[in-house]
Amino acid sequence: MTEYVIRFFVGGFAVSMFAVLGDLFRPKSFAGLFGAAPSVALATLAMAFWNQGPTYAAIEGRSMMIGSLALCLYSIAVCQLTKRYETGALTATLASLILWTAAALGGKWLLLG
Amino acid sequence: MAIGIKPSALRQTRWHEYLIRFALGGLATVFAGAMAKMFGPETGGLFLAFPAIFSASATLVEKHERQRKEKAGLRGTRRGKEAAALDAAGAALGSFGLLAFGAAVWLLAAYSAGLSLLVGSVAWVVVSVCLWSIRRWIGA
Repeated sequence: MTEYVIRFFVGGFAVSMFAVLGDLFRPKSFAGLFGAAPSVALATLAMAFWNQGPTYAAIEGRSMMIGSLALCLYSIAVCQLTKRYETGALTATLASLILWTAAALGGKWLLLG
Repeated sequence: MAIGIKPSALRQTRWHEYLIRFALGGLATVFAGAMAKMFGPETGGLFLAFPAIFSASATLVEKHERQRKEKAGLRGTRRGKEAAALDAAGAALGSFGLLAFGAAVWLLAAYSAGLSLLVGSVAWVVVSVCLWSIRRWIGA
């Protein structure tokens, strides 16, 4: 339980810091880079190194690469939905989660088995 | 437009919006850890690139841009959506930086935890900023 509490606060802090940076920078497309910041990854991997060791963290890092490609598809989908079809940001981001999940799990199945 | 910093943008965000992002970020980190515990690091690692706070961030960007335009007496709905689209376009480029981060951890984890996270962070910045600059340069 203590581990999850620590995770919550470390992750919340890391995500907030990157989000503030995203708020600060202009233009908006540059600020958007912070939407793909390694905030959750930094907090999680630091704890993985500490608790489970380097092999475990390396495996997570490898899978994260597949997750990143899924994030790219997700972001493109959100961009197209909001720009071309004028969908609201909330609807577009929530609907595209289906694409992220399919791409991430499908990519893992294809590349790692 | 050149890269710049606009500190006044921080005043647009209310305290409860910071709190929501903190809570979502914390929950995403707990969720990623729980997934790794339940299904192993191969599946858990995927969730290190889960767009956990993207909904909150994009909605805020849309809302703030809409309010800014409406304050100026203009209809801001369309501009709000365009701002959210630009934010997502930036994240698409940043995801390649995230891929570089994952690669650095994968390749360097055996040598040193600190080194792999540091090199990964630098790789994220370099790849993201380079891709963004190239995109601006070619005018895409």
